[in-house]
Amino acid sequence: MIEVTGISKSFNEKQVLQDISIKFLEGKTNMIIGESGSGKTVLTKIMVGLFPPDAGDVLYDGHSFTAMNFDGKKEVRKQIGMLFQGGALFDSLTVEENIIFPLSMFTTQTEAEKRDRAQFCLERVNLPSAGKLYPSELSGGMKKRVGIARAISMNPRYLFCDEPNSGLDPRTSILIDNLIRQITEELRITTIVITHDMNSVIEIGENVVFIFNGQKWWQGNRSEILHSENAELNRFVYASTFMQRVRNSLKQA
Amino acid sequence: MQWLQHLGKFYIFLSVIFKRPERWSIYRQQTVKEIDSIGIGSLGIVSIISVFMGAVICIQSAFGFESPWIPLYAVGVSTRDIIILEFSPTVVCLILAGKVGSNIAGEIGTMRVTEQIDALEIMGINSKGYLVLPKILAAIMIFPFLIVLSMFLGLLGGYLAGVAVNAVTSYEYIYGITYDFKPFNVTYALLKTVVFAFIITSVSAYHGYYTRGGALEVGRSSTRAVVYSSILVLLFNVIITQILLS
Repeated sequence: MIEVTGISKSFNEKQVLQDISIKFLEGKTNMIIGESGSGKTVLTKIMVGLFPPDAGDVLYDGHSFTAMNFDGKKEVRKQIGMLFQGGALFDSLTVEENIIFPLSMFTTQTEAEKRDRAQFCLERVNLPSAGKLYPSELSGGMKKRVGIARAISMNPRYLFCDEPNSGLDPRTSILIDNLIRQITEELRITTIVITHDMNSVIEIGENVVFIFNGQKWWQGNRSEILHSENAELNRFVYASTFMQRVRNSLKQA
Repeated sequence: MQWLQHLGKFYIFLSVIFKRPERWSIYRQQTVKEIDSIGIGSLGIVSIISVFMGAVICIQSAFGFESPWIPLYAVGVSTRDIIILEFSPTVVCLILAGKVGSNIAGEIGTMRVTEQIDALEIMGINSKGYLVLPKILAAIMIFPFLIVLSMFLGLLGGYLAGVAVNAVTSYEYIYGITYDFKPFNVTYALLKTVVFAFIITSVSAYHGYYTRGGALEVGRSSTRAVVYSSILVLLFNVIITQILLS
């Protein structure tokens, strides 16, 4: 289980996060939502150890991640998979080599076993014949799917997804959302998705945390979010005309 | 005082690079790839520059020694000493600082801004070690070969040009380059080369690794890498020369 307690962080005296405490649901799709610049990516980077917090702690199964030494963090990170906003695939490696890379680093599997695992992961994200392609030959949606395949190659316990739908068309976005949900359920992993896409929240958000001005403003599930009385949350959720229509029809109903 | 901060940061950077690798076999493969990229990829430019510079050094020496009191084989002696002591180890390394240094800083900087380094870190990999150690090892191994090749081609270029323009005869040039030859000069040149190889790769990698921002900053990091590694090469050239030749 992942928990953050009292996390604060500032850059050059600009307070980005203030005293954030969140308990994420195990084996569920947790979503962190908020406007651009609200601090959600910084929070995630603190959770995976890319930034040290100024105050507070990140707990994995009750163990303080921030207090761990280099080797301790390394062990925890082996249980983490992450999908980056731009995919962050290694340009010089083929898709298959990208997926095999963590296996080569940390397992004693044979070449054949690693290739089988890569093929399984690629089939899981519906890209069975993309193994020999280079990242530069992939579309945005394909890059995200390969990113997911690489993230799950080590059978992680935790999957972090940073803006998985950014820059994608609505159909591909739904495809990625469904993929994240299916993988979370099948592999029973704890998934944390950072997004500002309300469609994704409604589709897959089992536990939703709203960050506003660097603070945790609201927490609930996807059905509660539509009926919340929180003014800032409503401003965020019902920002588009479409969502305002949804709200009106909900009220009428 | 900012340079002091950079020095401390650079020291910490180096200390992490030399931590025990996660898997030696992968680092070995990477080192071989880097030898190919850094070494084989630089053969062309090193060869061309060495031949032409050797030719120019020989012709200029002959022009400067136009005196009946100076034997003609002195052209060969001076061409040899200039090439072995200074041109090949220092000037060629400065050129490599431009080619290899900007390449390293650009590659690592791009990996930084596209979050590839973050991806390595999250996998639990020592990104500094994985990205930089093979480059340092490869450069330390391959630069001396490039410099020896440069020395040979420089002397060859001097021979061809000197004979072609009648500045020196074939016999006198060969006599000159073998006259009073000190093997320690080659050792000194190769020692300098190893130090320069380390400076060029580590300084360039440092600038690439700490790139922040986007494409513009990657370009700036590459420029900084070349400027700082060139300055350090010149500074250490003086220090090593003072230590070894004084």
